[in-house]
Amino acid sequence: MEKRVTFKGWLLPLCLIAPQVLVTAVFFFYPAGQAIWQSLFIPDPFGLSMQYVGLGNFEYLLSDPYYRASFLTTAIFSTLVTLASMIPALFLAVVADRLIKGAGVYRTMLIWPYAVAPAIAGVLWLFMFNTRVGVVSWYLGNLGYDWNHVLNGGEAMGLVVVASAWGRISYNFLFFFAALQSIPKSVIEAAAIDGARFWRRFWTIVLPLLSPTTFFLLVVNVVYAFFETFGVIHTITSGGPQQSTTILVYKVFSDGFVGQDLGSSAAQSVILLFVVGALTIFQFKFIERRVHY
Amino acid sequence: MKNLTTGALIAGSTMLSPFAAYAETEVQFWHAFTGRLGELVAAQVEDFNASQDDFTVVASHKGNYSETLNAGIAAFRAGEQPQILMVFEVGTATMMSAEGAVRSVTEVMEASGADFDPDAYISAVNGYYTSTDGEMLSLPFNASTPVLWVNRNAFEAAGVDPDTDLSTWQNVGDVLTKLQDGGSTCPLTTAWQSWIHLENFSAYHDVPFATQDNGFAGVDTELAFNGPAQVAHISAMGEWAQDGKFFYAGRRNEGGANFRAGECALFTESSAGYAGIKAEAEFDFDVRPLPYWEGVGNSPQNTIIGGASLWVMEGHEAAEYEGAAQFLAYLSSSDVQAQWHQDTGYLPITTAAADATRAAGFYEANLGTEVAVIQMTTNEPTANSKGLRLGSFDQIRGIIDEELESVWVGDKDAQSALDTAVERGNQLLRRFEQANQ
Repeated sequence: MEKRVTFKGWLLPLCLIAPQVLVTAVFFFYPAGQAIWQSLFIPDPFGLSMQYVGLGNFEYLLSDPYYRASFLTTAIFSTLVTLASMIPALFLAVVADRLIKGAGVYRTMLIWPYAVAPAIAGVLWLFMFNTRVGVVSWYLGNLGYDWNHVLNGGEAMGLVVVASAWGRISYNFLFFFAALQSIPKSVIEAAAIDGARFWRRFWTIVLPLLSPTTFFLLVVNVVYAFFETFGVIHTITSGGPQQSTTILVYKVFSDGFVGQDLGSSAAQSVILLFVVGALTIFQFKFIERRVHY
Repeated sequence: MKNLTTGALIAGSTMLSPFAAYAETEVQFWHAFTGRLGELVAAQVEDFNASQDDFTVVASHKGNYSETLNAGIAAFRAGEQPQILMVFEVGTATMMSAEGAVRSVTEVMEASGADFDPDAYISAVNGYYTSTDGEMLSLPFNASTPVLWVNRNAFEAAGVDPDTDLSTWQNVGDVLTKLQDGGSTCPLTTAWQSWIHLENFSAYHDVPFATQDNGFAGVDTELAFNGPAQVAHISAMGEWAQDGKFFYAGRRNEGGANFRAGECALFTESSAGYAGIKAEAEFDFDVRPLPYWEGVGNSPQNTIIGGASLWVMEGHEAAEYEGAAQFLAYLSSSDVQAQWHQDTGYLPITTAAADATRAAGFYEANLGTEVAVIQMTTNEPTANSKGLRLGSFDQIRGIIDEELESVWVGDKDAQSALDTAVERGNQLLRRFEQANQ
């Protein structure tokens, strides 16, 4: 049964939600409103003049086949980053959960990569896979594989996915591990006594009980892949080769802050706002139904 | 409480600028240099401040070229702009069209009465930053031009005579084949592909890169680098890339690492690569003029520059403009210029500085350092070789990079890649035109 608490007057509840509303208004509604307003203009970089173009910025973007292609690139990239950061994290958490000795050390080591900023992580991976001096590409070369992410779009995508997912595994591990620890041992032991082996217990008991955590991480990781990965892309590929790693948010960044085209950049962020909004609604409407709290 | 705050502010500002109490007027100078170049700039500023008592130039590093430009723009919007801002050549059209945000160097110099003779500047350098009616908009600060770097040891290892004539691409093509047959895994690499193989290529062969005199005559310019000369060149480069004779390392100067490590035999890169190559290369190297296609266009015309210039921004006191003018005059003086040219490999901006360097015997002692100067100045620039003035040019270069990559990897032929780049770039030019009506 849900518990409901009711307040007598209006003042106290208003005071209680005011800080949250204020923060949302200042850091979300105001900038989002600005972006929507600016997307209707083509301003010059110095803010000396603005040309009203109505929906011109959107028409210009949506008629550009390269911009449309970057939706697909974003979808592929986000799916891969989410999978590549969640599956290994779950695996590591399950393994760590079964450890008896040294779990603390293991856990601490796994959390470290999260402390590395995305742009730095990008540079580290770039060094390892540098086509000429990288350690990994050198070993690959010895095995007869000619690694060149500078020209090969598939390899470039793989590299930015790994570099983006790497630090994220730690974060996901932390959540999965905490969730696993909170599963009552009695449930698992009961299943074990009934003769269920590890994998069966995992699929039928552990995974369903993890579903709230998994759902939370899914939402958070998709948002991460959409918004916070441009540092990695900027340092590793700058969106290339051709446009094979240009995801939507990277284009917002490069058109706005490198190209000074603020109108197009604002229009892109409005589009992105709607895409992520729709995606989140979809996740809550259709995926959350399968979550058992 | 109020006294405490004031006291803290005074203490803070005294710590930040020890000279503030003595000098009359401060001039802010925002630049993009780090490392050795940063030290050299700091030395110039210190020397200027020591040379007189009326002005103090305060130099601040604001990140790379794009970041410095962005910092300047953001500061202007907030009313906190510096007196002098360093802007890379790609941002020239953006600055030019910002009427009300910038003040031309000619105007600043004439108002101040500082020594200023527009004819003292080398026109091939200066032309990039001069309006069609001869007004000098910004002061060229660090200007370089692409040249061909040769690893003589790599030639010998492949059994090719390092003194072979490499002045034309026809010859270079034959040499690449010989180098590859001789076992070289990287006969040719490049830095800055758009700048060298399209922008400079067009100027060098006297064919247009864009209409309206490459944008000098108006913002209604359209890209034109999909002409037969450029297509033939990119096509040849594409074939070399497919055959493994041209190694593509990346969009910026990534190829420099391969050349300096001795892997590549030939390298097209800025003349300002000199300091790095001299410091790191453990092989004998040569500097040659950039090759041209014999019989194409009016080649060899002259190449154009890359680098940055100093812009004076609007919205300051008369005394501060006076200080800015004095500092710019100091930077243009022939001793300062000659020293800068010799330290960095950047081109001298005045004829006097070039003459002083020659007279000091620097070119004989450092073979090849004069190639860039000769290549820039032998011919008087034409409408196609004065420079480029295109809006949104940073983004257009990005488009060119993308399309060239599709040629190197063999996805597209040169004609269709350049056609697409022109079409996509033109859309950006139209937006720029619209934003600056």
